[in-house]
Amino acid sequence: MIITRALTKRYGAVEAVRAVHLDVREGDRYGLLGPNGSGKTTLVRMLLGLVYATSGEIEVMGRRMPRHAREVLQQVGALIEEPAAYPHLSGRANLALFDAAGPRGRSPGRSRRRRIDEALEQVGLAGVGRRPVKAYSLGMRQRLGLAAALIRGPRLLILDEPGNGLDPRGIADLRELLIGLNRNGVTVFLSSHLLAEVEQLCTRVGVLDSGRLVLQQDLASLRAPTGRILLDSPDADRVCALLDGQVERRDGQRLLIRSADPAGLNARLVGAGLRVRSIGPHRRTLEEVVLSVTGTGADHIGGAS
Amino acid sequence: MIGVELIKLVRRPRTWVSVILTCALPFVVAVFIAVTHLTPPPGQGSAFLSAVLASGALYPAAALALVLPVFLPVATAVVAGDSIAGEAAAGTLRYLLVRPVGRTRLLVAKLISVTSYVLLVVIAVTVTAYATGVLLLGPSRAGAAARAVGPGATQVPGVAGPTAGVAAGGGAITSLSGTPLSLLQLAERTAGAIAFIAVSMLGVAAIALFLSTVTTSALGATLGALAALVASEILVTLNAAAAVQPYLPTRYWLAWIDFFRDPIFWRNIDRGFGIQAVYVAVFLGAAWANFSTKDVTA
Repeated sequence: MIITRALTKRYGAVEAVRAVHLDVREGDRYGLLGPNGSGKTTLVRMLLGLVYATSGEIEVMGRRMPRHAREVLQQVGALIEEPAAYPHLSGRANLALFDAAGPRGRSPGRSRRRRIDEALEQVGLAGVGRRPVKAYSLGMRQRLGLAAALIRGPRLLILDEPGNGLDPRGIADLRELLIGLNRNGVTVFLSSHLLAEVEQLCTRVGVLDSGRLVLQQDLASLRAPTGRILLDSPDADRVCALLDGQVERRDGQRLLIRSADPAGLNARLVGAGLRVRSIGPHRRTLEEVVLSVTGTGADHIGGAS
Repeated sequence: MIGVELIKLVRRPRTWVSVILTCALPFVVAVFIAVTHLTPPPGQGSAFLSAVLASGALYPAAALALVLPVFLPVATAVVAGDSIAGEAAAGTLRYLLVRPVGRTRLLVAKLISVTSYVLLVVIAVTVTAYATGVLLLGPSRAGAAARAVGPGATQVPGVAGPTAGVAAGGGAITSLSGTPLSLLQLAERTAGAIAFIAVSMLGVAAIALFLSTVTTSALGATLGALAALVASEILVTLNAAAAVQPYLPTRYWLAWIDFFRDPIFWRNIDRGFGIQAVYVAVFLGAAWANFSTKDVTA
């Protein structure tokens, strides 16, 4: 769906994006993670033809960008940083203007009204009425921005920090909406610095650090069991004695044990008369994965070391 | 896209506020003149103003002369300077571009929108001034326009004689050259003046539009264009700068007055159209070259 080859963007002496090989497959829910200033927004803008690459290639839906922007972008819905709208007009009027501005914009009024209603319904703004956008809350603006991205039934959604400004309820709504769209065949590509958001939503993640793509993998394989077991037992001392050598780490009553079979271990412990409060395979959290591959963020200004 | 830009123009309160304010100035002036019956002596003050008491039908020309130096260029520069920079600052530019709207197409739509705005203002001023003139200053009397413009106002000595022309027929309007003009002729010549002034404003708009693609500050683009005009005005009056004067954007701004001579004195009008065409072509070209290749990071 999106392929980049050695994509690089240089602003003067600063390399914002360095030789990125992005690979987003059709049907993915792809989360691009990275600290602030790691180049996420620049990368997203290059995919959309807003910023021109210094070198490298971009292919979206099999066509080169930005050369075929006109055909490609018609099938893309986008949210780029904050949403934007004309403040003195209503949300509906904004959507109508936005819809009319592009190719095939001269659709009959009724079909446009229906599509606007549908999009507003999808993002939970159906009852918003004729209020001008300047009276909207931050979360409502974000929802309106999403509606604009959805209004033409895109095959690919490119969303830059879509959770910004949304309350927990809004984020849950957004997740549900994106998963539903994805089930209907829409590929979702989103960038975020919120790990939890990506962890709960995405099927595939890429991690950007100082402009480099340092990781790109399916979430399932990242979060596969590590071959260790996490055990919580009030009899931790005796467990350690029993499993001498297999215990990798101990933190009070919680133990990390080298073994791939939690059920077997549980049976053995219980057989030996040891109490088990909880037991399960150890998985790395996305946070651990990301922190292990990234350095400090670009907005972290450390002293000379 | 063009339709969308026009809708945006029409639905924006600023458009109508600026039109009303621009029309209000000639109205206020007309009220004062109608009450006091005092007009500037011939050759002083704004062009045509000395003649409007004799003929209210000349008031549109006087009104255009009133708004031309400041109101029109400011309004034009505000709208044109805001066109791209305003969208960029509001963040709507990036959404238009990914909709997708081609960059050249967007620029053309903006240009058409600005042109429509200029025509709207100029025509609104003309129409309201005609109504004001006829209602407040009364129908035309003899010998109206001949004293309207003093010598030197258009820097074409010998054409606009300072001596008053004698009106041929009662109720007719006289040209600046003293011969009578029928109402039809007056309408034609006013239309010519409107076209000339609109094209002059397009020159301003082109400069502001170019600056609008350079910065994301609409204010910066507007003031930049106005600064260029002020600089041009200063150089136009500076004898030492005579060598460059024929190429200054405001050099022929007043040539539209020549439409009210008989026969129409085309030399400066043609040059005015020519120089504005060059400014429009150069700055639109620069705007296009800059906008179509730049990174949109706003």
